[in-house]
Amino acid sequence: MTENLAMDRIKHQVLENDVMLFMKGSPVFPQCGFSAAVVQILNHMGVKYSSTDVLEDPEVRQGIKDFSNWPTIPQLYVKGEFVGGCDILREMFEAGELEDYFDKAGVLRES
Amino acid sequence: MKRLDKIHSILSQALKPISIKITDDSDLHVGHAEASGAGETHFRLEIISEEFTNKTRVDRERLIHSLLADEFAAGLHSISIKASSPNDN
Repeated sequence: MTENLAMDRIKHQVLENDVMLFMKGSPVFPQCGFSAAVVQILNHMGVKYSSTDVLEDPEVRQGIKDFSNWPTIPQLYVKGEFVGGCDILREMFEAGELEDYFDKAGVLRES
Repeated sequence: MKRLDKIHSILSQALKPISIKITDDSDLHVGHAEASGAGETHFRLEIISEEFTNKTRVDRERLIHSLLADEFAAGLHSISIKASSPNDN
């Protein structure tokens, strides 16, 4: 796959999915502690999300870093907007801001 | 120079932090796909600087990432960041 196709796929995923997580491994088997932490937060909050395992595609793995000018994974996007990586999500969650963020973005949560 | 010291000096110069604490967590990530075994891949940073005032969390981290771009290119894999401003509530 060429770089542009990878970039197109990233854009498509970010726009098509209200909550989109780029991570290492899958939500069931995260391959990295930081990805696992974000999965845990999202699951805890009852948020429905889609995910992509960047380890399966080196071009997506590099592409997602270029896409948001953000050098690390995981990365979470909500309604097309980059929210942050593990540290930011953890801080937002602990401060109760993440809940507000999802509510304001109109993301449904199961409680 | 060790990467930890390098990171410390780059951030100290650019951000004039009120406080800065960096820990090398590489040992915790041994066996991880990207950890070469040589260490100096994973760090944890706690930093307080006026430079972060009125900046969002994303912007604060971006600023740090951009200052450390050369280190990322040279094998730094991740830096866990807690960036605060003295004016945060």
